[in-house]
Amino acid sequence: MNSGINVTKIRARGAAYVAEARIAQMMKWKGIIAIVAIGNPLFYLVAIGIGIGVLVNENSGTSGTGGVEYITFIAPALLASAALTGALDEAMFPVMEGFKWRKLFYAINSTPINPGQIVLGVFIGALARVVFTVVCYWALLIAFGVVTISESWDVIPITIFAAGAFAAVIMGVTASVKNEDYFMTVLNRMIIMPMFLFSGTFFPLSSMPIFIQPIGWISPLWHATELGRYFSYGYSISSTMLVIHFGYLIGMMIVGFKLANQKFAERLAK
Amino acid sequence: MPESLISARGLTKKYGDFTAVDAIDFDVAKGESFGLLGPNGAGKSTTMRIIAATSQRTSGSISILGRDPEEHGPQIRAHLGVVPQQDNLDGELTVTENLFIYGRYFGLSKKFIRNKIEELLDFAQLQEKRDSKVEALSGGMKRRLTIARALVSEPDILMLDEPTTGLDPQARHILWDRLFRLKETGVTLVITTHFMDEAEQLCDRLVVMDKGKIMAEGSPLELIKKYSTKEVLEVRFGSERNKEVAPVLRDMCSRIEELPDRILMYVEDGEALLEEIVAKKLHPTTSLVRRSSLEDVFLRLTGRSLIE
Ligand SMILES: Nc1ncnc2c1ncn2[C@@H]1O[C@H](COP(=O)(O)OP(=O)(O)OP(=O)(O)O)[C@@H](O)[C@H]1O
Ligand SMILES: [Mg+2]
Repeated sequence: MNSGINVTKIRARGAAYVAEARIAQMMKWKGIIAIVAIGNPLFYLVAIGIGIGVLVNENSGTSGTGGVEYITFIAPALLASAALTGALDEAMFPVMEGFKWRKLFYAINSTPINPGQIVLGVFIGALARVVFTVVCYWALLIAFGVVTISESWDVIPITIFAAGAFAAVIMGVTASVKNEDYFMTVLNRMIIMPMFLFSGTFFPLSSMPIFIQPIGWISPLWHATELGRYFSYGYSISSTMLVIHFGYLIGMMIVGFKLANQKFAERLAK
Repeated sequence: MPESLISARGLTKKYGDFTAVDAIDFDVAKGESFGLLGPNGAGKSTTMRIIAATSQRTSGSISILGRDPEEHGPQIRAHLGVVPQQDNLDGELTVTENLFIYGRYFGLSKKFIRNKIEELLDFAQLQEKRDSKVEALSGGMKRRLTIARALVSEPDILMLDEPTTGLDPQARHILWDRLFRLKETGVTLVITTHFMDEAEQLCDRLVVMDKGKIMAEGSPLELIKKYSTKEVLEVRFGSERNKEVAPVLRDMCSRIEELPDRILMYVEDGEALLEEIVAKKLHPTTSLVRRSSLEDVFLRLTGRSLIE
């Protein structure tokens, strides 16, 4: 008998062990993860900040963006969008891999680790990727003089929180589907793409036709974007809307975790 | 009476209306190598998952290391090593990374795992592949790695679900040799297989399962003694003539089995029976005298072959 195994300790740290493994797996992709984390903001900052941004401001002044430079207006939105994309990657693929492709979760489940700890561990792993992405993005925004540290630091935790809420929901939904290939297509075409198009990233959601606006309302990216703008440059939001944005994201987090915990336990018990 | 590490009574698992494991009883003693032998769908893997404390039983009782898996899953799993039917290694990580990460799930210290990995790489004969991606390993190597991974926590019970299915004969023999060594160190083994030779080689005692039920139990030798004769004479007359001569053959020994391509005759002395057959001028196209095996036991118990 191995006396070195302490089940009480595993109960406390199981999720950390799973996160440790997730990070080791991500390190195999570190080159790509770094290129995306740095290349994505660089691309937008150069293309939009210098090119399109100038055009937008020349043509319509700053009236369409609530009185700020176009780059200031879209920076928090792009930050949120990068954070949520990172969260999507690290919440969806590991869950498919875990249940179907390599059945890695079944391996973990045969150790003292519980399904709930696998959920939390994968979540923490996704959050690690989000933190890295957000910090890289923010550092570049500062380097390009788009935001200042003192004014915008609180965008960081807000954006990470929003990406976390999204990750929780994606984990729950991914664990709920049996036909993964079909699911990926539907999710990308029907949900992710419209979400990224109609979340008020490039111009305010309120300037869109009213029948499109509900897509933004249900999109975590819109809520994250609105909060990001509020916290980065003092974009004005009513306190009711502030509560709604936070409430929506907190709700997503709770529902996502509940669903993920339930589906993970169900599938691992077979 | 040796200490019983696993004890099941009336153990039942249903998937909806379908009963995959049907009220089975068995005990596994400490240090024993216990086998579940049965064809596809017999309920072997289902039973293994219940013992592994990952799948809950529908009814009956089971105790593993003195605990009920329904209440003490993590405590039980802390002392088991599980080799599933299908390898679930992380193909993108290296051999050592796979071992390391798995050891962490047991809360083992990094230092302990690092030392253990050296020992396991020697045992699994994977030292040369230590930094290779798992994707690049052969089937036999992956299987050995899965076994090594299950041993990282020094389990009391090692559970092997069809350890050699899908491997070529050479890879199987390497694996059997490794498992023999383990047995010698006193680890309790629970093995499922549908290969009779594997069961004979590795199991001290086994149960024959079919359709969720246990058909018989005992050591390979006991089972053969009880359900078969010492020798088997296999004769072929060509598929046309088999039917014709079968009634004649049936009167010449205690039991025959007609298979699609040959007839098995159960006797104590196969050579003598063959001479009798030749004396009757029945002239089989081919004939073979062999020892009885677990395959014959299974045929006797179920009327079917183990491998369809
Ligand atoms: N999750 C499940 N849901 C429904 N039925 C299942 C499930 N798992 C197994 N079964 C059924 O239970 C029966 C026993 O399956 P099991 O996998 O235990 O058999 P086995 O003896 O391991 O077979 P094999 O040699 O093919 O691995 C089979 O008929 C199988 O279809
Ligand atoms: Mg099986």
